[in-house]
This record gives sequence, structure tokens and C-alpha cells, in this order.
Amino acid sequence: MTVLLPDSLDRALAHLAAEPGAHVLAGGTDFMVEVNYGHRRPETVLSLRRLDDLRMWHVEASHVVLGACVTYAQLLDPALADLMPGLAQAARTVGSPQIRSTGTIGGNLSTASPAGDMLPVLAALDAEVVLASSTGVRTLALSEFVTGPKRTARRADELLIAVRVPVANGPQEYLKVGVRNAMVIAVASVAVVVDHDGRTVRAALGSCGPVPVRCHDAESWVAPLVDWDARRIDDPRTHEAFGVRCAEAARPIDDHRSTAAYRSHACRVLARRALARCL
Amino acid sequence: MTETNPTAWPAESTYALRVNGTEHQVPDSWVGESLLHVLRERLGLYGSKNACEQGECGSCTVLVDGRPVCACLELAAGCIDADVRTVECVAAGELLHDVQAALLAEGGVQCGFCTPGFVVAISELLDRSPDPGPLEVREALSGNLCRCTGYSRIFEAVTSVVEVRRGRP
Repeated sequence: MTVLLPDSLDRALAHLAAEPGAHVLAGGTDFMVEVNYGHRRPETVLSLRRLDDLRMWHVEASHVVLGACVTYAQLLDPALADLMPGLAQAARTVGSPQIRSTGTIGGNLSTASPAGDMLPVLAALDAEVVLASSTGVRTLALSEFVTGPKRTARRADELLIAVRVPVANGPQEYLKVGVRNAMVIAVASVAVVVDHDGRTVRAALGSCGPVPVRCHDAESWVAPLVDWDARRIDDPRTHEAFGVRCAEAARPIDDHRSTAAYRSHACRVLARRALARCL
Repeated sequence: MTETNPTAWPAESTYALRVNGTEHQVPDSWVGESLLHVLRERLGLYGSKNACEQGECGSCTVLVDGRPVCACLELAAGCIDADVRTVECVAAGELLHDVQAALLAEGGVQCGFCTPGFVVAISELLDRSPDPGPLEVREALSGNLCRCTGYSRIFEAVTSVVEVRRGRP
């Protein structure tokens, strides 16, 4: 094994161009488990540790631009949490303080586990990912980037360098069900984002399909039922029916963590609860 | 353009890690080893404990550049240039650190396996937040599992450190 520790983005991209099979190491909280257990022995590891710029974030017009190595702990910083409360809530459910100070948003996206906590929130926020290579930069919608369970559209010579998140003016909620509250992988999760300016409600499901599932039917159904001036939904039956419609979008499977039937049930309950907390 | 630092290490290699303020050579090791493995098996620092190797238990908690992390999830060769602090540097010489003394006095140590991770996590918490509320303490220690002492006495030890440091024991 060779470990590469480039100290500039250009050098990192040059390494990747020369050796596209290199494994990109961000926080390492997924990767090192596989190495420790002998499940993975890549010939080359490209560590992003020295790329300080990737740990920064800034606001650019109506977007928050997060460097790929922004950690879950950084997402809990009030300055970021105020801009993206749903993402902060999701970050808070990840692992432990030790994991949150290590794991990164870019790593969560690139691992692209269906249970990744960032994925449904970023889907509901209409986030984009920025991929760079030695030949150029391209931006993909999250739905184009995550192509399957643990599969992404990143080319082997590309590096995920940033996530662009449009700022939504309104409440957000991320709810997750697991076997316990702390240090747990999602059995099912729901993200709801309300945009008062655009008068839209957006919802996405995690752990309920090969990729994060947007609930487009539920979204377009509920938007006209919101009292946008009062910023609320008066009839609790609307919350209930929204939950049912979100659950209909789920494509869950039976696996070692849970059953498809339970996941659908959880989506219905979580989507209802999340909407009721927002509106 | 010349690089100021070497940027690649081959499979069998020697590199240096700065642990507890001292530069240590890590001789002839496989560069895929975790920081925990290197601390224990290469550098003889046995304080950080190895249990789960998947970031679940917190018994290998160390500070890397001031952040509490699981040493089992850090690639040691990726920690070149980083400031690594282990439980071995918490106490000054033979004298116990107040967090260690409080864990003993409050009965927060039984088998002791999880204790080093707790010592590092509690010290980091109190350095960052000298008067944490009960929820903040629970959250800060939520990544450290104890299977025999029970958490109550560990939390009591944190409280006693806070009170002593505040000057009203």
C-alpha cells in the first residue's frame, strides 16, 4: 500500500489522473473499519488530510458551499446550523462525538450508503455536488451523483470537492429510526424542508431505497394545502395523508436491519411527524 | 516545483509521528495500520485500548490536532504532521490528573478497560467547556461505552472535577 498526502488540490488531482484506482480517504470512519477487518487492501490511498481548503465553507449568493471535508461536527456549528437546520439535525444523529469530529460530508456522499444520513437531507435541499479532475470541474445534482447503493457517478480520476446547498427560508426536520438513539445506523429516515419563499414543501426518505427517495407526489399534493400566510397546516388529517403519500414513494427492502413493511410504516409516521413540526 | 514535505510512503516504510509532543519513528510498518495499532504495537503506548476496531466503543479515544477521535479509525500514516495526544500525556509524571483522581475517588473505575478513553474524553470536554450541564456531559461521553462500572459514578466524577476546579469542593 502507498499513502499519498498531497498538500494541494492540483497535486491531488494530478495523482488521481496518474492513478485513477487510488482510494480517496477523507475522514476514514467507514474505510478504516474495512481495513481493520481485512476486507480492503487498496494499493494506493490518497489522503485529503492536508487539503485545508476542503475543510472550509462559505456562503455564495443564495448557496452554502461546503468543502468536501467539512465534518459532521462543523455542521453543528450554529453558523451553519442556522442556514441548514435539517442537515445539522442529521449530523447530530451520526455516530458519537469522536465520529462526528472525523467523518465528513464528502465521505458520506461518496460512500453513498442508502443509510447515509446526509443523503435524504441533501436530496430534499436540492443540493449539488462539485467534482474536479485535472481536466475540469463539473456540477451534478445529488440525484445524478448517487446512482445506486454505494455507487456514484464520480469518475475514478475525479475528486468530490464541494457540496452546494441552496438556502431555504423555512423550517426543516430530519427524523430517523434505529434500534436505539445514539450511535445507530438508520433503519428509516425522513427529511422535510419547507421553503416559505418558493411556497414549496420538499421531502426525501433515507434507507428506503437504493438511493435517497424524493417524495414528489406528496410534495406537490401538500403545497396548495398549506396556509402560506399563517405558515401552518391547520387540519391534522393533512399531516397524516402526507405521511401516507411519502410512504408510498418508498422502495424499501428486507435486510438484516429491518423489514420493508416496517420501513414503510416508519416513513409514514416520521413524515407525518416531521411535517407537523414544520407546519 | 519541489515539495516541502514528502507526500508518499511505500508499503514497508519508516515515518515519523508526533505523539505527546515527542517525535517517534515508526519503523518498517505496513502503512495501512491504524493509529491505534501503531500506538500500541509499534510505539509501546498501551494506554489507548483496543476493543471494537470500528469506532463504536471509544476506548481508544485520543486527540488528533485537539479533536477527540477514535484512534482505530485514523490511518496512522495519514497522521504525519498531526499533533497526537494520548492518555499517557494527561497526567504530569507520577501525579494523577484531577480527572483520573476523581474517577478513582468516585468509584468510576471498576475493570478499568474503558477508563483511558473516558479520561481523554472528559479532559477534552472540561478544557473546552469548564462548567458543562448534565446533558452536555452525557453527549460528550456518548461515544465512550462502559460495560461494568456504570455511568452514574463516571458522571459523578465529572461533577466533582468541575466543583473542585471551581474552588468549592
